[in-house]
Amino acid sequence: MSILIDKNTRVIVQGITGRDGSFHTLSMIKDGTQVVGGVTPGKGGQTVEGVPVFNTVVQAVEATQANCSVIFVPAPRATGAIREAADAKVPLIICITEGVPGIEMIENYRYVKEAGVRLIGPNCPGLISPGLSKVGIMPGPIHKPGAIGVISRSGTLTYEIVHNLTQAGYGQSTCIGIGGDPIVGTSFIDLLTMFEKDPQTSAVVLIGEIGGRDEEDAAHFIKTSMKKPVVAFISGRCAPPGKKMGHAGAIISGGVGGAPSKIAALEGAGVIVIDRPDQVAQGLLSKGVPV
Amino acid sequence: MLSGGRGKAGGVKKASTPQEALDVATKILGLTIQGFPVESVLVVEAVSIKKEFYLSFTINRFEKCIECILSASGGIDIEEVGTTNPEKILHLSIISKPPVDNKPLAQMLKAVFVEYDIISQADDILQKLYRVFYESDCTLAEINPLILTADNKLIAADAKMVFDDNALYKHPDIETLRTKEEYSVDEIAALNAHLSFVSLDGTIGCMVNGAGLAMATLDLIKLAGGTPANFLDVGGSSNPEKVYQALSIILANKKVRSILINIFGGITRCDDIATGILQARSKLDITVPMVIRLTGTNEDRGRKLLTDAGLSVATDMTEAVRLAVSQQGRAS
Repeated sequence: MSILIDKNTRVIVQGITGRDGSFHTLSMIKDGTQVVGGVTPGKGGQTVEGVPVFNTVVQAVEATQANCSVIFVPAPRATGAIREAADAKVPLIICITEGVPGIEMIENYRYVKEAGVRLIGPNCPGLISPGLSKVGIMPGPIHKPGAIGVISRSGTLTYEIVHNLTQAGYGQSTCIGIGGDPIVGTSFIDLLTMFEKDPQTSAVVLIGEIGGRDEEDAAHFIKTSMKKPVVAFISGRCAPPGKKMGHAGAIISGGVGGAPSKIAALEGAGVIVIDRPDQVAQGLLSKGVPV
Repeated sequence: MLSGGRGKAGGVKKASTPQEALDVATKILGLTIQGFPVESVLVVEAVSIKKEFYLSFTINRFEKCIECILSASGGIDIEEVGTTNPEKILHLSIISKPPVDNKPLAQMLKAVFVEYDIISQADDILQKLYRVFYESDCTLAEINPLILTADNKLIAADAKMVFDDNALYKHPDIETLRTKEEYSVDEIAALNAHLSFVSLDGTIGCMVNGAGLAMATLDLIKLAGGTPANFLDVGGSSNPEKVYQALSIILANKKVRSILINIFGGITRCDDIATGILQARSKLDITVPMVIRLTGTNEDRGRKLLTDAGLSVATDMTEAVRLAVSQQGRAS
């Protein structure tokens, strides 16, 4: 088992004919994903890496029974792509695209909720259930199948920590990047809920960063509703207030969102907060999680 | 200068004669407020203030909505009011396009403005501010103070707007308002090279791919007893030219005593990074030690390029950070 995606997940790629879309289509196929179709308006009938291209999401879903879509279109078209997938009732939509305006995301958040579908991202690396399926842009070979669930607001930092897990012998059930923007479709709490229920997952690694209060909210949830052990890493401890460090979300403002409050909240919930990515295996061991 | 707290820092003064205006303007022009030197002064007509209000629209990431904030206790102490008397600040959540829905709004306006008999004036200003917030893709549009004058006119005496970087492509007119005073020299160079960069005051220059990993790298430098000179996210599909530009910006800072390059290749390919490093080395005079860590996509090819050129490459992040801290100031 894993959460959200497995070997039966049937994926379509929105923006499949673009540079990133075609590159990652091939990469996902190599990592075992069933990529069943792609969508680029006006390019229906073509193929990319052997995958049929359709003009609309509705046509792609009808022809392929896809149950997941991954979006690689440029930012000005991301809102349209998210809504098209939601209208076609694709149950799981992953938006990799970076740079979606905040006000659009406020509206998109409600749009997908009303359609009854799940959005992950935007501005995220996607997710992988190692050995089963990858819907995203992470390097597959650093992962290995196993029992650790990984959730993160970042991309490369997640790879760093997953790499350390794999090297120490800890495989992963599912690894998910929720996205670095202030407003994203799926929160830490949504995923912690799923990992707590997933029989394959024995522990969770949470990779947070400064800005917002997602980590504090997650800490409250862990304290009140979780039995599985959690190990966390928070980046941005030495970031100066008011400066935006790349992620739109990674900014300390008005005293809210600094690392000390997040670390205190997590530790208060019984979470082991590690200082360095290479301490992640040590953290799991100290929680009694077997390799 | 583009910062709050101007009034408290002595940046807002009243003058009753032209001579007095000259005197206070001269004084203000000599000030540095919140780290920003004052380069120009705005002269406006003084108004007699009967009452100060506060009004703003902002994005509330927790509730995933737009929030209207209104208070009868406006002015320079509004932030203090927020902590000491939170009940004096009214909030309204908005999830729809302009105009603001009348029903919940009417109640809020009544609570703040009824005793001054200016509800319709306030309603007009609030609706206009929401329209400009929404249509210009702001993350903040604030009027503080919103002033009631002696002759019962409600006017915006000062305002602040923050625009969403992600939406600037829709608003080229706003992009042109960017002034250099907000940024340091190297931040401007980074902006032009489309690199995500923040100046810090330490001695270890950093180039990392990905914001999260870049922040974690700075944290590890501190933990190892060093101080980072900058945050620099070289981005995803980084081409060699970008790497060269990033290194020139880092080296322009004369405080830098060693350079740490930390790359975990995903979309970023290690051989691209290596090519960029070699280009930079041939064009720039690099006199400080450079510690390079490469892992991930095309790692072997990247490593070979660098070792063939006589550079050593680390695979482990913690070790690379230690080396960057300990080798500071040594000849490269």
